[in-house]
Amino acid sequence: MADFLQTLMTALAIGSLYALIALGYTMVYGVLKFINFAHSDIVVLGAWLSYSFAIRALPLVGLDAHNPTTPPPIWMTAGIFVAVLALCSLAGFLIERLAYRPLRRAPRLNVLITAIGVSLLLQNVGQLDFVFGASPQKMPALLPNWELLRIPFGQGESIRYVVLPLIDCIIFAVSGLLMLALELLIFRTKFGTALRAVSFNTDFAALMGIPVDRAISLTFMLGSALAGAAGFLYVLKFPSMNQPAHSVWVLLGLKAFVAAVVGGIGNVRGAVLGGFIIAFVEQFGAYYISSNYRDVYVFSLLILILLIKPTGLLGSPVREKV
Amino acid sequence: MPTCFATSDSESCISLARDKAPTCLTKSTTSLRQFLRLSKVVGIFLLAVTSLTSLGCQSRVASTDEIVIGHFGSITGSEATFGISTDRGIQLAIEEVNAAGGVNGKKVRLITYDDKGDPREAGSAVTRLVTRDQVTAVLGEVASGLSLAAAPICQENGVPMISPSSTNPKVTQVGDMIYRVCFIDPFQGSVCAKFARENEKIKATKAAILCDQTAPYSVGLQEEFEKAFIAGGGTIVSKQAYQAGDQDFSAQLTSIRASEPEVIFIPGYYTDVGNIALQAKKLGLKVPMLGGDGWDSAKLGQIAGDALNGCYYSNHYSHEDPSPRVQNFIKLYQGKYQETPDGLAALGYDAARILFNAMKTAPSLSGKDIAAELAKTTGFEGVTGVISMDANRNPVKPAVILEMKDGTPRYVATIAPGE
Repeated sequence: MADFLQTLMTALAIGSLYALIALGYTMVYGVLKFINFAHSDIVVLGAWLSYSFAIRALPLVGLDAHNPTTPPPIWMTAGIFVAVLALCSLAGFLIERLAYRPLRRAPRLNVLITAIGVSLLLQNVGQLDFVFGASPQKMPALLPNWELLRIPFGQGESIRYVVLPLIDCIIFAVSGLLMLALELLIFRTKFGTALRAVSFNTDFAALMGIPVDRAISLTFMLGSALAGAAGFLYVLKFPSMNQPAHSVWVLLGLKAFVAAVVGGIGNVRGAVLGGFIIAFVEQFGAYYISSNYRDVYVFSLLILILLIKPTGLLGSPVREKV
Repeated sequence: MPTCFATSDSESCISLARDKAPTCLTKSTTSLRQFLRLSKVVGIFLLAVTSLTSLGCQSRVASTDEIVIGHFGSITGSEATFGISTDRGIQLAIEEVNAAGGVNGKKVRLITYDDKGDPREAGSAVTRLVTRDQVTAVLGEVASGLSLAAAPICQENGVPMISPSSTNPKVTQVGDMIYRVCFIDPFQGSVCAKFARENEKIKATKAAILCDQTAPYSVGLQEEFEKAFIAGGGTIVSKQAYQAGDQDFSAQLTSIRASEPEVIFIPGYYTDVGNIALQAKKLGLKVPMLGGDGWDSAKLGQIAGDALNGCYYSNHYSHEDPSPRVQNFIKLYQGKYQETPDGLAALGYDAARILFNAMKTAPSLSGKDIAAELAKTTGFEGVTGVISMDANRNPVKPAVILEMKDGTPRYVATIAPGE
């Protein structure tokens, strides 16, 4: 029972992160019909920017940059968060403007290959010494190390605790808020209507007077901001950070991509659902079956979904345009 | 698509689409643009070729009065201290031999390439050392997976390679050009199993294993430990795996917690081990952990702090060893780098000195002659013990067990082969 609850809580926190990243994949696919492979590198950018900001901001309030004894004031943490979001959406805007927009009318394969190129470029630029460097770093703690819950199960020697750290709650709450905001933005605002129109049919949307390029830019900025948020929350939960080109980051992006496909790529609610499903399959599979195959469960699920319902759980069948 | 695009090729179509007002281009401007683009490409190509050849020429000029040896190691990445320590050990040995007049009157020069702890980078670094820099011998790597990536390249090109600290048996099985100066995992695994079974503080009969399934070192050591532990009368109650660089170990650790082991064997590298220890502490897991020489880094204590108190690992040497050859080395190393050498620095030093020893007696500096001399090494007094190569090019040496106390490793015991 204790282990079940613990696994459940971890799955919820990690599922929120997958969902945040999956949203970026799914939004870009919804509008441009291509997979933005550079998206996982925006997560890395968010993570490493959080680190760079943190080690520069902490000395300002008289704390040690790498091992602060107490967490910084909450406005500083929030400030770093906002700055990371802003810079990540700027990066998303620039990538779209410089790499993808010139290929707007090119065959889709060209854009796809460009996306892989952009991803490799970002990974390797990130490893340069004057950018982030190629060594792992430890993220200083920006939040108090509280445990909101510590429930004992069993007695004596075999006593086990279910621990709910503050950071897990914050991940869950912040990503929930961001997803809610996105949902409102897409379904309740004029901009959202424009976005859906572009996604439905780009040419007709343009004929209706919708500024297509601006809508696409905004899609990239929104998706990248969510990815930046995921990067920030990820390093707060797992403070020992791998170097920017480490395969773990690629795998993180890949799993979020699987989440988007499982939920139905192009569907915003599907991405959130997919994120949680992937995290549950991964965590419970690792606990109850074997941790040797934790990635196997995720990708087997992908194959299964593609066989049974190729459009994903919430995706609607799309007729191939002629 | 407007008809005016129909005559031009697909490339100019893109450039037209980029200009928002689609106007018809006459053929002549199109070809002019193509010509300009072509000349740009040719220019870049020529520039690249000239710079490459000039680089190549520079490095190929090897003067006859020096010996160039290569080192590939993880100077950056998750195992950065492995490469840095090894490189420092090698540099120290080179400084020493050059101060004493070099090898047979020739000065030794070292070329070091960073492989970032990535097998692909290791392969290209060694290819570069062997083919472009044409080194006489190669030293490296620490991680067995990276040595395995590089060894076939050295073997094919007939360049002797000495791995200072790759313990997986497969490394030297690649061929007769590949040597090492450390013990191998069948021995290390049995040392760990014996210690877990017999140490007063552990006396374990039930062990759990958490292994890095992406590292040949970790998988190999895990198998050897399992074999030896079961042969000694123990049982393995849980076998879990992670991948190098993983951040979340909660599923594995909760699973291990449920199986109630008396010791957890973690044959991983220090960065991951540090993270595992921190998360195990958060989960309230108080079982002692045990590992191999992959733990050997000052960073381990910095990452894990007191989360590893009461945990043990096997290693090649202890800086607390009072014997004069160890203490002299430590004094030399501290004089140059202002830090206490870890086992990898000591092995790097030994690897370089064994190489110079073989070069001194070899009839020529060809790969074959050096390798033949290396195979004859017997009773070489190294910092990490007396080194004699066996028929499989592996030395037979004792191991030490260290205990983590508030972030620093302290000497506990020495276990010799055959004990």
